[in-house]
Amino acid sequence: MRIELVKRKEHSELMSLMSPLIAVALTAISAGIIFAISGINPLEGLYKFFIDPLTQQWSLEATIDKATPLILIGCGLSVCYLSNNWNIGAEGQFVVGALFGSFLPILFPEFENALTLPLMLIFGVIGGALWGLIPALLKTRFNTNEILTSLMLVYVAGLLLDYLVRGPWRDPDGYNFPESRIFSDAATLPEVFGGFMSMSAVITLVIAIILAVVLAKTVKGFEIRVMGESPRAGSFAGFSSKRLTLFAFAIAGGLAGLAGTMEVSGGLNQLLPSISPGYGFTAIIVAFLGRLNPIGIIVAGFVLALSYIGGEGVQSAMGVSNKIASVIQGLLLFFVLACDTLILYRIRIVTRRSSAATGEASHV
Amino acid sequence: MFEAVLLTVITAATPLLIAAIGELVVERSGVLNLGVEGMMIMGAVIGFAVANQTGSGTIGVVAAIVAGMAMSALFGFLVLVLVANQVATGLALTILGLGLSGMIGEAYIGVPGLRIPELYIPYLSEIPFIGPVFFQQDAIVYLGFALVIGVAYTLFRTRAGLILRAVGDNHGSAHALGYSVLKIRFLAVLFGGACAGLAGAYMSLAYTPQWVENMTAGRGWIALALVVFASWLPYRVVVGAYLFGAVSVLNLHAQAIGLGIPSQFLSSLPYLATIAVLVLISANRRLTLVNTPACLGKPFVPDR
Repeated sequence: MRIELVKRKEHSELMSLMSPLIAVALTAISAGIIFAISGINPLEGLYKFFIDPLTQQWSLEATIDKATPLILIGCGLSVCYLSNNWNIGAEGQFVVGALFGSFLPILFPEFENALTLPLMLIFGVIGGALWGLIPALLKTRFNTNEILTSLMLVYVAGLLLDYLVRGPWRDPDGYNFPESRIFSDAATLPEVFGGFMSMSAVITLVIAIILAVVLAKTVKGFEIRVMGESPRAGSFAGFSSKRLTLFAFAIAGGLAGLAGTMEVSGGLNQLLPSISPGYGFTAIIVAFLGRLNPIGIIVAGFVLALSYIGGEGVQSAMGVSNKIASVIQGLLLFFVLACDTLILYRIRIVTRRSSAATGEASHV
Repeated sequence: MFEAVLLTVITAATPLLIAAIGELVVERSGVLNLGVEGMMIMGAVIGFAVANQTGSGTIGVVAAIVAGMAMSALFGFLVLVLVANQVATGLALTILGLGLSGMIGEAYIGVPGLRIPELYIPYLSEIPFIGPVFFQQDAIVYLGFALVIGVAYTLFRTRAGLILRAVGDNHGSAHALGYSVLKIRFLAVLFGGACAGLAGAYMSLAYTPQWVENMTAGRGWIALALVVFASWLPYRVVVGAYLFGAVSVLNLHAQAIGLGIPSQFLSSLPYLATIAVLVLISANRRLTLVNTPACLGKPFVPDR
């Protein structure tokens, strides 16, 4: 018996919709098995993990807060991945964006007016984009593999943040704790809809919708998809792959940087040695689960955000390690990638008997 | 002083060397496995846990190798059988490995570890200076060198190595000649997983005999860069690994001397050095094109 792939004549539309759902279902089954191994009733565990966070207002708000950066970063990454640029350094672009976004309230705390917040957000975008452009420039100029360089810069960004909050940017009145001063009200993103949603969530939603339109309806969106699928065809159409690489990294970095600034300004309200529970990496899963489509990414962002909140939930209620969240995230990406095979191929299980019977048919 | 520095360089270089030589074989077969970090961290945690449970470092090391292979088998199934995207699957392997190791390792945080013993090579270890540095190491250090020699010999002096390289350079032709491309690639992927697991075991059973979450700290990724640095030639991996080993212990020794440089800057040196080296190597088109396996990262679906 062996597994054989039979190429479909064209992409299966049904499977493009179904594959993320199948992947989520398979992940839930695997999670149930992990719960069972940990000595917990799998159904109770799954309920606590995936459903319970949606039933209470506070946890629903927390889920939205977690989904926001994931969606924003995931949207940027989708531009990279669609155009075949492997940016895996969004975590670093998030951090550097946060640094650029917070130098104003940290170094110039007396600069408090209506311009403070918009300037912070713009600086955040610039910071993330600049950090993202480093691997892009190295790729276009020296042909250097962007996967490794973008990842290496994650570590560098983390150390830079660590240096700043322990050194020059440490709060002078903070009893030597490694943290920056707390942002003033003028530098804090407000909440909207009676505190139910943050401003970040609204901005993210708007950006995701704009990106969806750009990708689906504009020449730029067409260029991104063509260059990803067939760079040769794209170059005949006059598209420059180098310029697109720079564009994709700048967008991805800029959005990650914006997410970083909004996380610091809207949530943490200060810089700490660590400002992200791995959003930049989880957003990679979000991008793939959302099938590199901004609307899909919004849904996927919520699924992955649930895993953070659900992880905390099962830890406090059932004593399972909250590390189970990252295990489930990893499994989910595996299943998404495995299920994507179904879009391009039909899977046939060949036993000795059936291979003799269908042997001739497959040559037709 | 110099002897002590050299000793730390060797211990820092060994995990890089072993993980990189494994990945070199994988890439020579035409597969890009970006999950080295994930396989390595699983090796580290399983090695530590099993050594802790059984009281035997050797059993721990073997378990780590098996763990690395199990992870790589998962990767192999996805990219070879299901033709999943290699870059994304490698990333998934790393994300899964980091999560799973964190969950398994939670019970072992702060638990005193077990160091695998040094093996003193008779007579040679008594030579002044050279003896203590090169011949009073643990078995994994020696194994690392043996792996390099073995891989170099197999790749370029044996029929099996020729077939492996043929699969990596032109899978269509290799398939037409009757070689099972997928089977050969799967074996190469397993070898890479075993090496990464071993490198992980070295981290948690020799380098720093304890379990700390995320303790590989990007070494799997640096190992990947080393393969590019070495332009897919085994002996150059040794040079690269020792160079990076030296850069990564700089921090330790600079602090001991008391230089006024913030530690974070020194800690970032290995990562910055990796970028610098990658740029230097890749800017040289001729060098990279000669040795890069032509089918690296390209999927192969046999038409039956």
